[in-house]
Amino acid sequence: MSSLLKNIIRFSFFILVQVYVLNQVPPLHHLVTPYVYFLFILWLPFKIGRRALMLLAFAIGFCLDCFMKTYGLHTAPCVLIAYLRPFLINLLISQEGAESNYNEPSIKSMGFTPYFTYVAILTLLHHFLLFFLQALQMGGYFYFILKTLLSSAISLLLILLTELLFVRKQRFRTNTV
Amino acid sequence: MRNIFLFIRIYFNFLFFLFLMGISLFMLFNYNRYQHTVYSATAGEITGRISKQYNDVEYYFQLKKTNDSLVKANAVLYNKLKQDYEMPDTVSKLAVDTIQIDTILHQRKYLYLPAKVVGNSVSQPNNYLQIHRGSLQGVSADLGVTDINNYVVGTVVDVSKNYSVVMSLLHRQSNISAKLKKTGETGSVIWDGVKPNVVILKDISKEVKVAKGDSVITSGFSDKFPLGLLIGTVTEIVNDKTSSTYTIKVKTAANFYNLQYVNIINNLQKDEPKQLLKSVKKINE
Repeated sequence: MSSLLKNIIRFSFFILVQVYVLNQVPPLHHLVTPYVYFLFILWLPFKIGRRALMLLAFAIGFCLDCFMKTYGLHTAPCVLIAYLRPFLINLLISQEGAESNYNEPSIKSMGFTPYFTYVAILTLLHHFLLFFLQALQMGGYFYFILKTLLSSAISLLLILLTELLFVRKQRFRTNTV
Repeated sequence: MRNIFLFIRIYFNFLFFLFLMGISLFMLFNYNRYQHTVYSATAGEITGRISKQYNDVEYYFQLKKTNDSLVKANAVLYNKLKQDYEMPDTVSKLAVDTIQIDTILHQRKYLYLPAKVVGNSVSQPNNYLQIHRGSLQGVSADLGVTDINNYVVGTVVDVSKNYSVVMSLLHRQSNISAKLKKTGETGSVIWDGVKPNVVILKDISKEVKVAKGDSVITSGFSDKFPLGLLIGTVTEIVNDKTSSTYTIKVKTAANFYNLQYVNIINNLQKDEPKQLLKSVKKINE
C-alpha cells in the first residue's frame, strides 16, 4: 500500500474514532477526556517536509474542530506538535541512520524508550495547550493542570494499547537513499 | 532589503508555524455564539451528513428509551384534555375555550418544530447538539430547544441549509432566564462545566425559602421559551457566605445522554417587542 493511501485511511480512521468512539463514551470522570487522533501526526513518515507536516496537522485539527464545533481549539495544539516534532526526533533518535532506514517513527525504528519519550512529550504538549486554551475561556487553573495530567495519562494508555493492537510492519530498507 | 529576504528564508518554517498558529487562534477567539462564520455553515452541512449516517445506526440502540419517553409525553398531553376534568358543583364553571381556529397564524405565539438529533456531546466543556433541520425548514438562530417531554435543552446558535447546531444547557456561555416554581423568584441558569446533567441557578436572594426538590422553570421573560417549561429540580443549596444570593445546584429534567428528538420553539411574535425595545433605547441615547 502506498504511503499516501495509507495516510489518507489513517486520517479518516483517527477522526472517526475520536468523534464517534472516544467522544461518545460517557466520561470516566470530568477530568478525563482522552485523545488519540494526533497519533496521525506522530506516525507521519520521517521524510515529510516540515511545511507539509504543519499543513497536515492543521488539516486534521481543523477537521476535528468541525465535528466538535470548537473552531481552532484542536488546530492550535496540532500545529504546535507538528512544529516541534522534527526537533524531538533529531534529539531522540539513537540508531545511526534510522531516519533513512525506516519509514516512520515507531517502536522498531526508534527503540522503545526513545519512541515513548517522543510520544509522551508531544502528548503532554498537545494536552497542555488544548486545556490551556479551554482554561483561558473558562478559568479554573488548578482544574486545568489536573485535567492535563490525568487526560494525558489516559491518552498515553490508549496510545500504548493502539501500538500493541495495531503493530505497524516496518521494512528495513537496505539501500539508503 | 536583502537581509529581510534572507531572514524570511532562514526562519520560513518558524514564520509558517506562527502563521498557522495565528489562523487557529484567530478562529478560536472569533467564533462565538453571536457571530456566524463563513466556514461554519459549510462545515455544519458536511459534518451533519456524516453524523446522520452514524446516528442512523446508533438510533436503533436507543429505540426502546425513545419509545418510552414518547409514551410518557403522550400521556402528559392526554391528561390535559378537557374531558379529563369534571366539576361537581355549579359555582365553578368550565369555560369553553373561545380561541378561534388560527389559520393565518394571527394569535399563535409559539410554533413547535420537531427535529432529529444527529450529533450530541456531554463530555466537553462546551457541548453542542447537531440537529437535522436547517434554514430551509424554518430554523433560525436564537430559537429555544426542548426535548420531547418539553424540558429545556438549549438554544440554536448556528444554522446551515439542512442542519443546525444547538448550544445545550451544558455550555459555558449558556444563560437561561429561570424562576422557582413555588415562590416565583427569578434567576438565571448557567453551567459550571463540572458535571453533565447538573446546572446552576444563581441570583436567588437568600430571603427566599428554597428546598430540595423544588422545580425550576423558565421565566418567560426571554423570547426563546414560553413560561413554565421545566428546566430541572433543586438538588443542593450552596450557602456562599460572601454573597447575598444562593448558588443552587439543579438536576436537569432533560437527559442529555440520550436525546433522539427535540422540539425547536419558534416564537412568531418576537420581532415586535424587540423593535419597541430598540426604539426606546434609541430615544434614550
